[in-house]
Amino acid sequence: MTAEIMETPAVAAPTSQPPHPLREFWGYFAANKGAVAGLVVIVFVVLTAVFANVLAPHSPYLTDTTIALQPPFWQEGGSLTYPLGTDPIGRDMLSRLIYGSRLSLLIGFFVVVLSILIGTVLGLVAGYVRGVTEIFIMRLMDIILTMPSLLLAIVVVAILGPGLMNSMLAVALVILPHYVRLARAAVITETSKDYVTAARVSGAGPIRLMFKEVLPNCMAPLIVQASLGISTAILDAAALGFLGLGAQPPSPEWGTMLADAREFVLRAWWVVTFPGLAILLTVLAFNLLGDGLRDALDPKLKR
Amino acid sequence: MKKSALLAAVCVPAFLAAAPLAAKTLVYCAEGSPENFYPGINTTGTSFDANEPIYNRIVEFERGGTQVVPGLAEKWDISADGLTYTFYLRKGVKWHSNKNFKPTRDFNADDVMFMFERQGKPDNPYFKVTSPNHSYYDDMGMPGLIKSVEKVNDLTVKVTLNKPEAPFLADIAMMFASVQSKEYADAMLKAGSPEKIDQEPIGTGPFTLLQYQKDAVIRFKAFPEYWAGKAKIDDLVFSITPDASVRWAKVQKGECHVMPYPNPADIEAMRKDPNVTILEQPGLNVGYLAYNTTKKPFDDVRVRKALNMSINKDALVKAIYLDTGVPAKNPIPPSMWSYNDAVKDDPYDPEAAKKLLAEAGFPNGFETDLWAMPVQRPYNPNGKRMAELMQADLAKVGVKAEIKSFEWGEYRKRLQAGEHGMGQLGWTGDNGDPDNFLHTLLGCDSAKGAGSNVAKFCYKPFDDLVVKAKVTTDQKQRTDLYKQAQVIFKEQAPWLTVAHAVQLKPIRKEVVDFKLSPFGRHSFYGVDIKGK
Amino acid sequence: MLRFILTRVSLVIPTFIGITLLAFFLIRLVPGDPIETMAGERGIDPVRHELLRKEFGFDKPILVQYGIYIGRVLHGDLGRSIVTQASVLEEFKTLFPATIELALCAIIFALLLGLPAGMLAAVKRNSIFDHGVMGISLAGYSMPIFWWGLILILLFSVQFDLTPVSGRIDVLYYIEPTTGFLLIDSLLSEDEGAFLSAVRHLILPTIVLGTVPLAVIARMTRSAMLEVMGEDYIRTAKAKGLSRLRIVTVHALRNALIPVVTVIGLQVGVLFTGAILTETIFSWPGVGKWMIDAIFRRDYPVLQGGVLLLGMVVMSVNLLVDLTYGLINPRIRHNR
Repeated sequence: MTAEIMETPAVAAPTSQPPHPLREFWGYFAANKGAVAGLVVIVFVVLTAVFANVLAPHSPYLTDTTIALQPPFWQEGGSLTYPLGTDPIGRDMLSRLIYGSRLSLLIGFFVVVLSILIGTVLGLVAGYVRGVTEIFIMRLMDIILTMPSLLLAIVVVAILGPGLMNSMLAVALVILPHYVRLARAAVITETSKDYVTAARVSGAGPIRLMFKEVLPNCMAPLIVQASLGISTAILDAAALGFLGLGAQPPSPEWGTMLADAREFVLRAWWVVTFPGLAILLTVLAFNLLGDGLRDALDPKLKR
Repeated sequence: MKKSALLAAVCVPAFLAAAPLAAKTLVYCAEGSPENFYPGINTTGTSFDANEPIYNRIVEFERGGTQVVPGLAEKWDISADGLTYTFYLRKGVKWHSNKNFKPTRDFNADDVMFMFERQGKPDNPYFKVTSPNHSYYDDMGMPGLIKSVEKVNDLTVKVTLNKPEAPFLADIAMMFASVQSKEYADAMLKAGSPEKIDQEPIGTGPFTLLQYQKDAVIRFKAFPEYWAGKAKIDDLVFSITPDASVRWAKVQKGECHVMPYPNPADIEAMRKDPNVTILEQPGLNVGYLAYNTTKKPFDDVRVRKALNMSINKDALVKAIYLDTGVPAKNPIPPSMWSYNDAVKDDPYDPEAAKKLLAEAGFPNGFETDLWAMPVQRPYNPNGKRMAELMQADLAKVGVKAEIKSFEWGEYRKRLQAGEHGMGQLGWTGDNGDPDNFLHTLLGCDSAKGAGSNVAKFCYKPFDDLVVKAKVTTDQKQRTDLYKQAQVIFKEQAPWLTVAHAVQLKPIRKEVVDFKLSPFGRHSFYGVDIKGK
Repeated sequence: MLRFILTRVSLVIPTFIGITLLAFFLIRLVPGDPIETMAGERGIDPVRHELLRKEFGFDKPILVQYGIYIGRVLHGDLGRSIVTQASVLEEFKTLFPATIELALCAIIFALLLGLPAGMLAAVKRNSIFDHGVMGISLAGYSMPIFWWGLILILLFSVQFDLTPVSGRIDVLYYIEPTTGFLLIDSLLSEDEGAFLSAVRHLILPTIVLGTVPLAVIARMTRSAMLEVMGEDYIRTAKAKGLSRLRIVTVHALRNALIPVVTVIGLQVGVLFTGAILTETIFSWPGVGKWMIDAIFRRDYPVLQGGVLLLGMVVMSVNLLVDLTYGLINPRIRHNR
């Protein structure tokens, strides 16, 4: 998505010219300390996910009932072999959390990519074709928005059956309307502008017009919405996991880990504390990043 | 004065010392809401528990046992051919009253007739009220068994059967045969709201229903005119608390006196609590993993045996059931008569298992599916977790098992259709007879079609034994037959027998004379509470 | 003016039809047969199964079922629960006040904290306080509330024994459900401790459910205030020498409230989502928990009725917000 920006050749800018767009963007972005912190956390999570098999001290699936529910190392009875303790059937918490980062990132990106793809197409069609098609699409989106999102996601998962893939599809459906609305609004604004009219007069077909002219121009809000969407996706998928409808055990998805360990809450605080903390930090990081991106990409919104 | 109340509420709010009700109140932390107040259509233990205080049966199970004792019938005669049962009803039994209804007469034969006809006669105006699904009446085979029910006089009822059936009395001691008031039913039918009798119930039981708020609370009050004498406690409150850990927290704080289904993880703490006693009793149940004996490779007994040996059962039971289960070697629980303790369980021996698999032609193991119970049952507190542990053990002998699960209704249906390779299931006995396990779950009859024999195990020598035992009347002979059947079962290994759940009930020390029911029911008549 | 209201209201009709379609067909797609689900280990005899299907009307063609359903809905009959056999509307009516009570408390909690925090942050822009409020509110916005609830229980109920773990009130208080709102009912009752008990039970669920709205309100108030304070009339007021306090509270806040109120209105759907999770954690006897139970039991009528009723509640609130907003702000009216 950012390719559009980076394609611009990186020539040394003469002093008279305005600063290079990427540099300008970075300038705005770097001024926002929260956003940078978010980015750092995200990079950390991504690295953890990529090198999970190197970083994790144990297999996330290896059970050993003799060491079930060991506390973290700083508590009495804990050991450095299992730094964050073990879960009810003796799996290493730290390793499971590390592998869980893969799933959370996968959920975040998959859901957002999917809903952006479908959402933009629907939005572009609605905004360009107008008429009955538009009414139909937009009404449908309204109805989806009317449902409490989790309820709708639950119903969809109930239809498709619980599981990681199906919960991702459900969440993608639930956040779809935001992208449709965004894309449609952008199309309507852009198509009335001169350059589109010019392109149309010069004989550009509607498809070409959409993807070559209109779409690149509504990229900025989409990127912002996407980074915020990742956090929503991770949160919603975790909520489904918590209700037992998301990824299924033994998968180390954080929400599922929470649900699985819930009955031990009175006895072993670590089995519920760490997965939740991981969710909170990751989601917070994406929200910080989203805020920073919005400020940097859309200076109009800056106050 | 306002201030002191405030102070009291702030300082000792959680304790019964600050109880606003001065009377003797017993609080039971129930695990869920009842379906409604008509046991004839109920299917869950939760519903039966909520109806138990309100209603009586003609005959009942003794408190804390399986013995049948007089209920609304004082005594009964059974004809020599075993076909006619004559019940002599108790005189002067009073009905409850509520805002809809004030009884004008005592309990009599009409009410008993109404109980049978509501469930057995489709043309009865109440047959379809609330629901036409009289599950237990049908499941216990009543429609085919009962030939006629006649009122001899106001206090005598005669039931005629189509064939002799020894467990008949035990059957009608079950909750589904609870007696409702015919007079109330008629009044409500006239008023145009027949379903009221199942929502605002009138019974003859030791407690009257005061208030029910879904998912929150059920409130009962002792019925002073109860025929067997007023209950020792004045108020009985069901505090509906679905979460097991929360139930325990409430018992700890004294907000509840008795709780069902404790979380296995909390048992250790419960045993240490000086204010709490844990009552224990082995339940009439078994949890198992059925191999689909009609499917390759499970049709080979060597494979089944090998898999039995590859799973570390003791560790598994300890991890899943903690203190609430004992490893099972036979398909029937140890508390049941004819249990064969001489049977030796397959040892945990992965090396031998690998060898056996190689002999059977699978030196590198194979791939299959492992179905995990989607719901929690006492005989299997956590199907998913159990499946994970089994999967890990199986992997060590080279068997790759994929865990599968469906929504419960779907799950059971597909298992019964035999779509699985290996599937978890279990059973809780209805009447305490081994036939209820060995024939129902492992006989050839139920292996056909969508029967409850999910191993699809049909092995002639075994089937001959259990069928013979079914028609034999001599108890000793039956015992021998069932003991032999268990030996064959172990040789053929259609199941991995996992565990028998132990019924554990934490109760507070101030509760006096609470008795565990082998059927897992909770009844509070006869229970007292010590004042502090 | 009237035209604006009429157009806006007429838009509701297709949405309503859409919701009934969604409620009906989507739920029919859920695999699993409610009759099978109700049966225990023994399963159910095929003959009886067929009879029950007829009884519930599941044997008719699906479009006919939909027609019957719509007809009944228009008469206010949402069917009966398959599990309890009780009227869906009646069950909703007894459970909904619990959800409303919780949701209202959560909103009030969010407003009481969020408005002043947002205002102060705007006034002291770029101060440590501002950064603190913004940081905390973003964390609140990112909170997995199902985890937050567990952590609060762990801390306040288990560790310090300050608050009850679950439920709406101590079961020993016998409260007649006159209004269904326990705070009111318990005040009406004679038991003096009842009200306090109800309040104590409300604290944690309120915090859990109020966390996300609190974060949204604080952020929204801050940005709305900043915008308003840049406007000419505020500068004029400043120039006139009005006190800072007066400017902020009287002039700026009043105008900044409009977008904030809108945001609250639009949070209703989010609130219900949160209520489902909060009610599950605290065993709160409301509609959220009711719907989750219905999913697991395949209780079609309850699911349909619940989706429909909740959808309608959200729709009405959105409509109300839209109308009010249109009345306050004429520009919106003409844009539509």
